[in-house]
Amino acid sequence: MKNTFIGTSMERREDLRFLRGKGIYVDDLAPSNLLYAVIMRSNIAHGRLKSIDASAALKIPGVHSVITAKDMPGGPPIIPMRLQPLPEFKPFEQLVIADDKVRYVGEPLAMVLAESVAIGEDALEVIALEIEDLPAVPDWRAAEKNESLLFEPAGSNRALTFEARKGDADAAFKNAPYVRREQLRTGRHFGLTLEPRGVMAEWDAASGHLTVSGAAKVPFFNRRILAKQIGLPEEAITMIENDVGGGYGARGEFYPEDFLIPFAARHVNRPVKWIEDRRENLIAMNHARESEADIEIACERDGTIIGLRGFVHTDMGAYMRTNGAVGARNIPQFMGGPYRVPHVKIDSLLWMTNKTPVGTYRGPGRYEGSFYIERLLDMVAHDLGIDRVELRRRNLITSAEQPYEIATVQPTDARDQYDSGDYEQALDRCLKEFGWNDKAKLQGKLIDGRYHGLAVCCFVEGGAAGPKESARLEINSDGTISVFMGSSAVGQGVETVFAQIAADALEVPVDRISHVHHGSTTTVSDGYGAYHSRSVVMGGSALLDAATKFQAAIKDAAAKRLGCNASEVRLGEDKVFGPGGKSLLLAELAGLTVEGAFLNKKHTYSYGTHAAHITVDAKLGQVQIVDYMVVQDVGRAINPMTLRGQIIGSLVQGLGGAMLEHLQYDEQGQFLTGTLADYLLPTAGDFPNLRCIVTEDHPSPINPLGAKGAGEGGIVAAGGVMANAVANALQSFGVQPRQLPLTPTYIWELVQAGQRQAAE
Amino acid sequence: MAVQFEVNGKPVSVEVEPRLTLADCLRHHLRLTGTHVGCEHGVCGACTVIVNGDAVRSCLMLAVQAEGAKVTTVEGLSNDADLTPLQKSFRKHHALQCGFCTPGMITTAHALLSEEPDCDADRVREVLSGNICRCTGYIGIVEAVLDARSAYKKAPAP
Amino acid sequence: MKMPAFEYACPETLAEAVALLASHDGEAKPIAGGQSLLPMMAFRVAQPTLLVDLRKLAELRGIRISSDGVRLGALVRWRDIQDDARLATAHPLLADAIKHVAHYQVRNRGTVGGSMAHADPASEMPGVAVTCDAEIAVRGKSGTRTIKAADFFLGALTTALAPDEIITEVRLPAWPANRRHGFQEFARRRGDFAMSGVALFYDLDAGGKAANAHVGVIGVGDHPKRLAAVEAVVNGQTVDEATIAKAVAAASAAVEPPDDIHASAAYRKALTGTLVERALRSAAA
Repeated sequence: MKNTFIGTSMERREDLRFLRGKGIYVDDLAPSNLLYAVIMRSNIAHGRLKSIDASAALKIPGVHSVITAKDMPGGPPIIPMRLQPLPEFKPFEQLVIADDKVRYVGEPLAMVLAESVAIGEDALEVIALEIEDLPAVPDWRAAEKNESLLFEPAGSNRALTFEARKGDADAAFKNAPYVRREQLRTGRHFGLTLEPRGVMAEWDAASGHLTVSGAAKVPFFNRRILAKQIGLPEEAITMIENDVGGGYGARGEFYPEDFLIPFAARHVNRPVKWIEDRRENLIAMNHARESEADIEIACERDGTIIGLRGFVHTDMGAYMRTNGAVGARNIPQFMGGPYRVPHVKIDSLLWMTNKTPVGTYRGPGRYEGSFYIERLLDMVAHDLGIDRVELRRRNLITSAEQPYEIATVQPTDARDQYDSGDYEQALDRCLKEFGWNDKAKLQGKLIDGRYHGLAVCCFVEGGAAGPKESARLEINSDGTISVFMGSSAVGQGVETVFAQIAADALEVPVDRISHVHHGSTTTVSDGYGAYHSRSVVMGGSALLDAATKFQAAIKDAAAKRLGCNASEVRLGEDKVFGPGGKSLLLAELAGLTVEGAFLNKKHTYSYGTHAAHITVDAKLGQVQIVDYMVVQDVGRAINPMTLRGQIIGSLVQGLGGAMLEHLQYDEQGQFLTGTLADYLLPTAGDFPNLRCIVTEDHPSPINPLGAKGAGEGGIVAAGGVMANAVANALQSFGVQPRQLPLTPTYIWELVQAGQRQAAE
Repeated sequence: MAVQFEVNGKPVSVEVEPRLTLADCLRHHLRLTGTHVGCEHGVCGACTVIVNGDAVRSCLMLAVQAEGAKVTTVEGLSNDADLTPLQKSFRKHHALQCGFCTPGMITTAHALLSEEPDCDADRVREVLSGNICRCTGYIGIVEAVLDARSAYKKAPAP
Repeated sequence: MKMPAFEYACPETLAEAVALLASHDGEAKPIAGGQSLLPMMAFRVAQPTLLVDLRKLAELRGIRISSDGVRLGALVRWRDIQDDARLATAHPLLADAIKHVAHYQVRNRGTVGGSMAHADPASEMPGVAVTCDAEIAVRGKSGTRTIKAADFFLGALTTALAPDEIITEVRLPAWPANRRHGFQEFARRRGDFAMSGVALFYDLDAGGKAANAHVGVIGVGDHPKRLAAVEAVVNGQTVDEATIAKAVAAASAAVEPPDDIHASAAYRKALTGTLVERALRSAAA
């Protein structure tokens, strides 16, 4: 294997079409005879569905049909859990369409098929719904009372408690010289994609084949679910991944529409397309993050962490759906972050509420956990009179301690260990590049009406989820090579990165790799997709395996043609050479194809440090970033430019959660942030002055590339850093933020409270 | 009703309902799918096109209001032979990931640079704050627009 | 989020436009830039049965500046105001306020008349109009009339316009050379509606004291309004730290803002005081 392209910042292949407006996203597809689906959603948070009368809607010209649960023979199917498929979650799983109770604003009740989306929406206005109101459960505190139950047969609104355990926390806390207990909260965010979701389904009645476009993230898995639900063999379904306008963990999970649209296409025997509009996107796509920790930290007098103990309450929304448990599991398991925490006893309670169900969003659980530990550490430093940097340095896991075993989570028996790294090295690099020592004197200073604050936080980011990924190589008729991946594209640039890996593995110029196909169920025999920052490690390693086998297959095939032994064959760029000056054009072997795979049960842990310098206008409660530095060690960077893009992009999402984004409901479970003027995304005006550095000091020992998943590190520490920097800036007021987002109102209230306290 | 206007230098005539937005008209009637629709309520900027020289949100304009107008979309700012200097700058600075906001960024940046080839970083950030990108964090986009300024500066008189 | 069906007309004359509006039982609406109306229709909150496009009515265009003041045609766009260098002296408060309106693309289509008729409580143009005692000229089936800005805004998204009336012009009184002004607003992000905003001016008399103070607020009630209590504090005084402190207290006390998802009422009260402080400082500077 050569090393020509790996490690270079190649400009992206994808850009050539995207920059010209020539990407093809699912809404760009327009087969003839198409019907448009529009979903009628509950506007009641909790109620009993009495009747749906669509008779007036059916009279509107252009309305083809209205489909409800009653149209599904045997009743609507459930959406199964993809990850942590525990029997405990069964009672809380979601039907693809409500047939009895409604449990959140946005739950699908009916589907209109019409000749245009506008006509479909006209029909929604005249569908008469009868829903008997039930008391809403707006948050975990209400859920805990169990007065109003979302699922009566379950007898409780608590779906499960994850128990994270390490060492003997109770004993350790008993003898600890210092303990601090805090209540801390994170807001409700989601991985809003700029392209809303979309599904288009085409049913070929003659061959009994269903083609579903708009697939993303985990198409092979979703095909298994759909096949079972709809009663077709998997081979009778093709999932097509078009260009995908953002994923972030949220897009591509199996949602109600992933059944409803294929069902409709088969039901009416016409192509059916559904494109989520922004209003429904805000209530239909997985929410994430909302949690509250009641947590204690125990330390030695010198700041050495002894243990973490307490409870985390996670707001799951109305149903347990696909990957919804991941965040709740990760918070207690990863709350220790990159720090040595010998004793852990944290219970994470999963509460069902009348809100949109949750799923993963980039850095699931790790963002929340990082906010909790980093807030605690700054409070510990203050209490014990230890420098904040020194406190972290003292507690960082050393390279000698790697692989480092973290807390185990029951009942899934989730065991995990960090793979490698020198966390202190990343901390030092970040401090140096950021200029911490020069800026340190600004802490708490009031200059021109703004208070200056600094913060530094360290993080780990998990990646490379198994169990497997597949890759296939094929010789094209012109002698170039096509790559086929089980990995999915969600905007991260996999076509470029896999072309780099394939070119090096095959020792050919990158232009010989003509195409990189990905995501669709037609690419490989068994694909696993894009989540948990796994594409480079899993897909890339599978590609190496495929390349080795591919080269062997070419040699075998060539040897037969050239009448020699395979060992005598030498591979060139576009030719194959045998003994005695004989050669063969690669094109003559067109069609030769070989699939490879990579199997792995271990995770990679990239790591690093964030540092921020902010200013706060205490009267406005307004925060501005003066400088922000992320240093992340990724083991091995295939394309440093796109990797930096991942870090900065995820960082700004983290800053959005820290400062702006919050999905809000009222006490009746009515949704209050139903437009993009209410759910505030970061814009170009909000977060300038962001920098990042990618290091490759410690390759991962668990995969042949040495790479570590690195798509989520930018987001993980952003909440803790911003909150700590605000506390640092406003130290003269005694400000200690305990929740996200850090809105102007919240910061102002903290300042007011500090002033009142000082006056007393 | 019938509406006639010019798109990317070519006259078009379309029969539309008054309620059809210019964005949907471009995408679904004229099949110019480079213009993307991200919110349909005038916040995200993905649907930005240039009408009579001004960048506008095509979801906040009716197709019938375009009667007689000159409309330019991302397709009109592109050619098959090569990327334009603005597009090259976006590629060089990794100013796009999923590509969904990109057409709106290109049209907005083109309108800005055509009028203000000397704009500074603050002005670029102000103008682009009407275009949401969920992938890049904007750093690369701002750099790309600043770096493309030279291509829009008028050549000095000989 | 497709709009409900409606009819569309694009009249050549104002009289025709008024007649069309009058013919639809109050269900017709004029459309200029459409930057506020079309989002409302996309959410199906507004469902007019007829849209009367004003774009061909040349008499509604243009910024006219004379010794009487500044006349803004209803179809004047934010962009036109920004591009008109005369306004820096003819009406610097207007010029400063309009810099805060929405975003680049919206400023290319959004109009003065549209913003006035939409009457969002946090919009800048209505705030400037109320602060400056502007007059709004309107044309309806019974002829023309002018409405004082103070009488024009009745509540959130509610004005004194009759269904058949079209705003033709907003008239801002002349801006004397001894006038000092300040405009301050604060929003969660650039271009968002403000959580509070303050537009103010006063005239410096020969003795260096403030007279004729006008202090208007946006975003803290259901429509923009002037704060007489703050004006009383400023009038007859030198605008110094003591006066500013009194004005801040008066401003916070004078507003009864709502709680909403973007800010609490208490915060908005304090913010209004802070913005008055900063607006007075910049006026006095």
